[in-house]
Amino acid sequence: MEFILIFISAVLVNNIVLAKFLGVCPFLGVSKKVETSFGMGMAVTFVMTLASLISYVVYNMILAPLEIEYLSTIAFILVIASLVQLVEMVIQKTSPSLYQALGVYLPLITTNCAVLGIALINMNKGIQTDGAFGLLHSVVNGFGTAVGFTLAIVLLAGIREHIEFSPIPKYFKGYPIVLITAGLMAIAFLGFAGMIK
Amino acid sequence: MDVTSIVYSALSIGGLGLVFGIGLGVAAKVFEVKVDPLIPIVRDALPGANCGACGFAGCDAYAKAVVEEGAAVTSCPVGGADLVVELSKIMGVESIEMAKHVAYVKCQGTCDTAKEKYIYNGIYDCKNAAFLQGKGSKGCEFGCLGYGTCVKACEFNAIDIIDGIAVINDNCVACGQCVLECPKDLIEIIPEDKKVRVACASQDKGKPVKENCSTGCIACKLCEKACEFDAIKVEKNIARIDYEKCTECNACVLKCPTKAIIDYRQA
Repeated sequence: MEFILIFISAVLVNNIVLAKFLGVCPFLGVSKKVETSFGMGMAVTFVMTLASLISYVVYNMILAPLEIEYLSTIAFILVIASLVQLVEMVIQKTSPSLYQALGVYLPLITTNCAVLGIALINMNKGIQTDGAFGLLHSVVNGFGTAVGFTLAIVLLAGIREHIEFSPIPKYFKGYPIVLITAGLMAIAFLGFAGMIK
Repeated sequence: MDVTSIVYSALSIGGLGLVFGIGLGVAAKVFEVKVDPLIPIVRDALPGANCGACGFAGCDAYAKAVVEEGAAVTSCPVGGADLVVELSKIMGVESIEMAKHVAYVKCQGTCDTAKEKYIYNGIYDCKNAAFLQGKGSKGCEFGCLGYGTCVKACEFNAIDIIDGIAVINDNCVACGQCVLECPKDLIEIIPEDKKVRVACASQDKGKPVKENCSTGCIACKLCEKACEFDAIKVEKNIARIDYEKCTECNACVLKCPTKAIIDYRQA
């Protein structure tokens, strides 16, 4: 039950993009087509879940015992960068077309603040709850957050595909209408606030 | 301040880096994608316009086709002759001379010379206009509508609409995008150094041409008789120049009663 709550909270209530406003760059950049945005979502899911796992291990096994917690940001970035490199290799090998479509946004997952954000959020939750927010909690939270990211980006991509064929005023064409759409989506997701305490 | 904390932090971060580095090294071997080292070199030599004029999906696809499938190095019109020389050097094949080509709009029915059948108020686009009764508002069914569908298709800013017709300027690289877009099939890719061109595409007989446009080809065949080199032929009521035979002697230009053949060296 606890994990289900964490998961739903991460996907809907505290949606990383639409409620916490992290990871907006790929959210706007790779949301032109549903297919590529879903691929991006999968890549982010993989990186985020593993990053939650490994950063938890790194923090609790290495940084905390040695009392060098202040290095957490650097260590997490190291973890994330290596993971992204790995994902890049795997995607290039298994799906060259997805690799082409994601383009520069794939290495940019490294600097996706959502991934680093979730590692730091997990760490803070662990400190606040005095260690009760454990390894599984972190991984579920990371996975849920990534699913939330995928949900948001796929929804936006779906809307954008329809916007392409809509008669919109000249001055709203391109990114202005996308920003407005993203803002409306954020307001819609505000409806989930307070669902889980 | 304790020295051990410095050592610990350096060791732990360094150790982490080492472990991840080794992991990535192993992964790089496992997930290795073999790429022919020539492909990035060819790709860098290409203009990178991704216009698709070569017949491939873009510069990346063309580079791959050149290296792996032995596609012709002459397919890229954007790079022109320089690129052919460079590519043949990279690929080690004999360099082939390639004449520069340009797109050419075979119509000079401007607002002054050509009549309109009706006033068109629809979507400002040739393809839409050409769907309507009489294939657009222009009196001549074959003439340039001037709504700039080719301008939108051109990635090189090489087409202007002047006086109601499309005119190609010096930016043209003969990528052929406009040729595909023009609903009237008015644009043709021709050798750039051939300056004597027929500026009409009307396949109507003389009378309707005269009624609609003061500079259309009326298929009178005077040019055919004037040409000593058998280079100009009237077929389907329109004069056509065989650019391989044309010596640009201007005999046809002088004879043409409607000035439908133009010598662009003088214009």
